[in-house]
Amino acid sequence: MNTVAILLSAFLLSVIALGAFIWSMQKGLFDTSSAAARVIFHDEGAHPEDPASSRGDTGVVDAARTAADQSSAPVVFLFICCAMVWLLVASAAGLTSSIKLHEPDWLASIPWLTFGRIRTIHLNAVAYGWAPMAGLGIAMFLLPRLLKTELVGARWAVLGAAVWNAGLIAGIGSIAAGISDGLEWLEIPWQVDILFVAGGAFVGIPLVLTLVNRKVDHLYVSVWYMGCALFWFPVLFLVANIPGLHFGVEQATMNWWFGHNVLGLFYTPLALASIYYFLPKVIGQPVKSYGLSLLGFWALAFFYGQVGGHHLVGGPVPGWLITLSIVQSMMMLIPVIAFSINQHQTLRGNFHRLIDSPTLRFMTFGGMMYTLSSIQGSFEALRAVNRVTHFTHYTVAHAHLGLYAFVSFAFFGAIYFIVPRITGREWPYRWLIYAHFWLAVGGIGVYFIGLSIGGWLQGKAMLDAAKPFMDSVAVTVPYLKIRSIGGFMMLTSHLCFVANFICVAFGLGPNRNRPAMFHQGNKPAQGA
Amino acid sequence: MNNESALLAGGMTMLALATSALVVLPYMQLHDVKPTEGLKPYTAAQLRGREVYIANGCVYCHSQQPRDAAFAPDAKRGWGRATTAGDYYYDKPHLLGTMRTGPDLMNIGVRQPSADWQLGHLYQPRAYVSGSIMPAYPFLFDAKDAPDAGEKAVPLPPGYAPLGKVVVPTAAALDLVAYLQSLNRTGAVLPATKE
Repeated sequence: MNTVAILLSAFLLSVIALGAFIWSMQKGLFDTSSAAARVIFHDEGAHPEDPASSRGDTGVVDAARTAADQSSAPVVFLFICCAMVWLLVASAAGLTSSIKLHEPDWLASIPWLTFGRIRTIHLNAVAYGWAPMAGLGIAMFLLPRLLKTELVGARWAVLGAAVWNAGLIAGIGSIAAGISDGLEWLEIPWQVDILFVAGGAFVGIPLVLTLVNRKVDHLYVSVWYMGCALFWFPVLFLVANIPGLHFGVEQATMNWWFGHNVLGLFYTPLALASIYYFLPKVIGQPVKSYGLSLLGFWALAFFYGQVGGHHLVGGPVPGWLITLSIVQSMMMLIPVIAFSINQHQTLRGNFHRLIDSPTLRFMTFGGMMYTLSSIQGSFEALRAVNRVTHFTHYTVAHAHLGLYAFVSFAFFGAIYFIVPRITGREWPYRWLIYAHFWLAVGGIGVYFIGLSIGGWLQGKAMLDAAKPFMDSVAVTVPYLKIRSIGGFMMLTSHLCFVANFICVAFGLGPNRNRPAMFHQGNKPAQGA
Repeated sequence: MNNESALLAGGMTMLALATSALVVLPYMQLHDVKPTEGLKPYTAAQLRGREVYIANGCVYCHSQQPRDAAFAPDAKRGWGRATTAGDYYYDKPHLLGTMRTGPDLMNIGVRQPSADWQLGHLYQPRAYVSGSIMPAYPFLFDAKDAPDAGEKAVPLPPGYAPLGKVVVPTAAALDLVAYLQSLNRTGAVLPATKE
């Protein structure tokens, strides 16, 4: 790879991209009129829907929407149930591994609970359990609404969920038993991965069929994100898991191409799709700038895929690859800022709704953390910063800001909106929603701030050759303990969340005829 | 936007570009790399030990990629020279790692060649390094009244073996130590081909 060849190919690529851009403008693919942003409002005008329970006092009855919700309700409910189970498994495993980092002799004689395995179980339960189950469930709920049609072929998704979860149970069992492919994010043995491929394909069938049967002209922003994510992930997963193909350092670059793209091209688009739908929906205002949404989407699609190399800064990989990834990491500021401006502009004048709407509160916090974690990530890729933070807990804190404070919060918000609509029952306990929100925010706050400080100090100590290595360990211990406190708060918040969900599912607790909104003066929750 | 085919075609083109840059080009650039001078294939025992290393997730706290002296003082810590692609010729899967909760292990076989030290340290890291937060791996050992024929007890510092017992490594522990002892990337790096 000589420099001239790289420069030449970059030039060629730019010319082709320019051609494609001009062509798409001529074809009118980039319709920047606000009509497309209004597509989510059906016939009700810009009316807030939070929640639009047919018995509630907000929202407008819309026959097409009711039909869409009814068609997806059973399968969405199934996905959310699975997501809840994996959320609890993942948080318990995460807390256990966190405690083990400062209490290394705790439960040391049980092989499957050793740090290296329980930490991996935590990651896989999040990566292949909670996040995709919640994300796909939300996509399954949103697509029929956005395309104004019924969910076609829902039975395939039920089969898919069964196969996928069987694969995940087998995969986590393998890791617990010490059978692993050995690559971070790709530990599950490739033989078991076949189940994910089959399960994922089954889940994809209804989503594609629904897309084909759409009854709307405009594809809303959320559809772009979800549609592409659902095609990106299978490619990532297949290429990464082909046995015997990858080797040595190339395998390492592939490893982080996959690891970062699962986040960037699967969870992130699913979470952004949720925010782009629910945020305007709850406040009853269309997304402010359709043009910014377009810019954000295509910039994300282009830049995010190439940032993975920043996980190998300073490593034995080709220099051009690292430089490319650092540059594209910085370029990610474009889609992130586009999204942030759009979110802020849309919300402006409606911030008071943050007080009462649980969905909006989770979503807005998630969106803000997307901005924060992405900007942090861009700067973390710079060599000067990476020199300190690479190989330290600082990176771990950053990862949780992205996957928890952003992605999971967006999913929490969406689930608070969806569940009353698919079960016909409002959330019974408002205080559990409060507890979920504040414990989760407090938990990730304590976690992120504590671990970021600890990780930075660890990195500084490691770079100082005059200090023995053990200094870099000792300095982190108090912060590792703080992290466990944060983790405990997050686990508790999830218990509140799941308990409330179980009450909905089994008809426990007070029946409401109105949504469980936050703050309505000091009055008790209405409709009980 | 109102054309799903154009949307998906665009989306997949973006992913194809990223895949070319991060997977295909490195594949083409690196697939002719030769092992560095003096690097030997792992023996059967070392490979089994590598599987124990993977099974117990050592990679989540230990990297195997010393960085260049211009970038970080890894060499001053005795972790060895910066590695090159040829150093990983026999590594399937790669174990470069992304964390240094513990030190880099690319040259641990040179830095700490003693099997007794490695075994004892795996049994109880805090018997050797005070303040260590590495997990103890008692499940890789058996506590017995006396070693059987052909076995050798781990010479632990006083007070660390269970009362009245000796600690004997399992086959997995011996394999793991064989792997750790094999970690040596001190051979000369061939002059890099001009890029």
